[in-house]
Amino acid sequence: MAKKIGVYVCHCGSNIQGRVNCKGVADYARGLKDVVVSRDYQFMCSDPGQDMIIKDIREYGLSRVVVASCSPRLHEKTFQKACARAGLNPYLMQHACIREHCSWITTKPAEATAKAMHIVEAAVERVGGHQELFSREVDVLPDVMVVGGGIAGIQASLDIAKSGHKVHLVEKSPSIGGHMAQFDKTFPTLDCAACISTPKMVAVSQEPNINLMTWSEVEDVSGFVGNYTVTVKRKARFINEDICTGCGACLEKCPTTALSEFNEGLSMRKAIFRNSPQAVPNTPVIDGSVCKKITKDKCGLCQKICPTGAIDYHMKDTREVFHVGSIVLATGYATMDPTPMAEYGFGKYDEVYTALQFERLNNAVGPTGGQIVMKNGQSPESVAIIHCVGSRDQNYHEYCSRTCCMYALKYDHLIKDKVGHDTKVYNFYIDMRCFGKGYEEFFKRVQEEGVTFIRGRPSEIVQENGKLVVIGEDTLLSMNVRVPVDMVILCTAMQAQDDMPEVARIFGVAQGQDGFFLEEHPKLGPVSTATDGVFLAGACQGPKDIPDAVAHASGGAAQALALAARGKVSISPTTSWINPDICVGCKVCTKLCPYSAIEFDERRQIAVINEAMCKGCGSCAGYCPSGAAQIKHFNENQIFNEIDGLLGMIPDILVETQAEDQA
Amino acid sequence: MSNEFEPTLLAFVCNWCTYTAADLAGTSRMVQQPNLRLVRMMCTGMVDPKYVIKALLSGADGVLVSGCHPGDCHYINGNFKARRRIKLLNEILPQFGIERERVKLTWIGASEGNEFAATVNNFINEIRELGPMEARSMAVI
Repeated sequence: MAKKIGVYVCHCGSNIQGRVNCKGVADYARGLKDVVVSRDYQFMCSDPGQDMIIKDIREYGLSRVVVASCSPRLHEKTFQKACARAGLNPYLMQHACIREHCSWITTKPAEATAKAMHIVEAAVERVGGHQELFSREVDVLPDVMVVGGGIAGIQASLDIAKSGHKVHLVEKSPSIGGHMAQFDKTFPTLDCAACISTPKMVAVSQEPNINLMTWSEVEDVSGFVGNYTVTVKRKARFINEDICTGCGACLEKCPTTALSEFNEGLSMRKAIFRNSPQAVPNTPVIDGSVCKKITKDKCGLCQKICPTGAIDYHMKDTREVFHVGSIVLATGYATMDPTPMAEYGFGKYDEVYTALQFERLNNAVGPTGGQIVMKNGQSPESVAIIHCVGSRDQNYHEYCSRTCCMYALKYDHLIKDKVGHDTKVYNFYIDMRCFGKGYEEFFKRVQEEGVTFIRGRPSEIVQENGKLVVIGEDTLLSMNVRVPVDMVILCTAMQAQDDMPEVARIFGVAQGQDGFFLEEHPKLGPVSTATDGVFLAGACQGPKDIPDAVAHASGGAAQALALAARGKVSISPTTSWINPDICVGCKVCTKLCPYSAIEFDERRQIAVINEAMCKGCGSCAGYCPSGAAQIKHFNENQIFNEIDGLLGMIPDILVETQAEDQA
Repeated sequence: MSNEFEPTLLAFVCNWCTYTAADLAGTSRMVQQPNLRLVRMMCTGMVDPKYVIKALLSGADGVLVSGCHPGDCHYINGNFKARRRIKLLNEILPQFGIERERVKLTWIGASEGNEFAATVNNFINEIRELGPMEARSMAVI
């Protein structure tokens, strides 16, 4: 049966029409082989546009459709569904992109029109070789895995658990709460961070639908959307969580100390420790690298003291395997270490703190019991807060960390409040970015409290006569300034975690230029990723404050629930197929396949694809020496046709005359 | 070489990284010369060297193959396979009188729209400098 191709060229308002002579392209397409109808229309994705395709499929009996409009990453599914509604197999449609790759990047109309003609011709050539393909539906496992137990992971877990689905929450540190558990107050309401996060932490521990695994890490993920198999490493805690009552007797007696990570190195902790009295779970953990019993077999004091006999020095790492339908990544962020910025003297001068260290100074269970004091025990009389340390800086991170302006304002207020209103506070800022709900109002309130704002990034901090002197420039006054202070707080950038590349590899998600996980679409797909069934929550996608992280996490939870609630997901049929008549059984493909989806049939001496495991990457097709392995929808014939179309000869005269028509 | 020569280029790009970067370059209106056209592949690992040769013989003066950065491949390691194949292809091209510079392999991540536009423009300029492909007129394939 002869092919009947319909071609539809979209104006996209003026997005395409502004450069490309769409009517000319449609006229050109009408003359191509097998094209029976060719139209141009203002908005192909609109209902009338889709109806036009449906009507033509029915009237002309179209067997192939080409839509030339935006990127297939945006609207391919729209037009596939339109074809399906008209009874045409969706894989008999080819979406050609003449906007992102043509009209938007080409300056001259004649050139853009010629290029669009090539692109449309390639699609017409290619679609002729398309075959009917049918998606498979697979069941989605009902459980969800959430990775990371900060506020985003907690929110996502609670949202999913509320629906009745089981959640496996994996957290690598000894207790959940993430960075928020380190904070003292939260901007702009000055809510106590613990007061608003601990109820959620407790809810997690008491929720029967949440399987909380702290001191654990995901080691391996395999499978595909709806059917992931996740291996979790449960690091040895050396304490039996089931027996421990969290009485804390062991914490008193342990003689070995190490720097406290939770207190950002401002104090010591014991070898057996928990982050805070409110830790969830409140089971301590033994740091195997410093515990004298574990390293040298001397001591064993905590075991003698423990009233329930929960301590076991011979505990080993264990591994558990979970089968889940989807995964929510909520691995959070790290703060930048300002040591490389030698000009600010972090690590050199005692009284230069990072923001997180200052957060711990403020905290009632922090190293100073919530007193804002210097290392010598006295209250500072003047404090400088330096914004944008590592953010908005070509040498470190180009992006803005979104939270620093606001927490700096919070510190301004807390210093005035706790140390005394006569304390001088200087903010060295580039721009104040107070964009959230109630943020600008808080900024105004802090200004009224008598805080000094100096616009300009300081050049360096030096020590003179026992004072730290911040040397900088006030760009509003065009003057150099030297401000002597007792204490300096560096608002360090939020950045991607150090192990982000490793985590990205395990879960098959990409990282953006800033190092954070890359979302599917910056605006319309901020929680999904390029890997189906893996969603993002919170600051692992980019710097976020608490309200944004919580909202984002609920979005990730909703996406995971949508999959779980539907219980079915359709799998793309664009997998590999090995032609048994051509395959010579060389076995090259079986070793190339990254998913072990190719089996060798010993009886017939040929390779066979296991479609359930094949993801259609084409490693086999790209190498098969006999051409037996082909990817459906991307087979040799289709690609060759496309190349021919792209390199076809466009009559120059046609293009030039149309350009004149437009001009 | 006269300035009359306008090259035609083809690019085989992977759906997950470079094609997305091309979309971003378009959305960001990063002007590119019109000489290069894209063929969307699911992965550079499915770019059979014969596609590159086919393009060169059918009238392309240069071919770009571009995928995800090492370690970022959506299909675990397809880009490494592409790297090996293009390397081998590069070894044999001169035997047919085709300059090695006509086939280029790059890694452009999904968020690197500016990188994509710059790569395209630079490659087009390089091929324009190189001139038309003499070997095509003499090919007996």
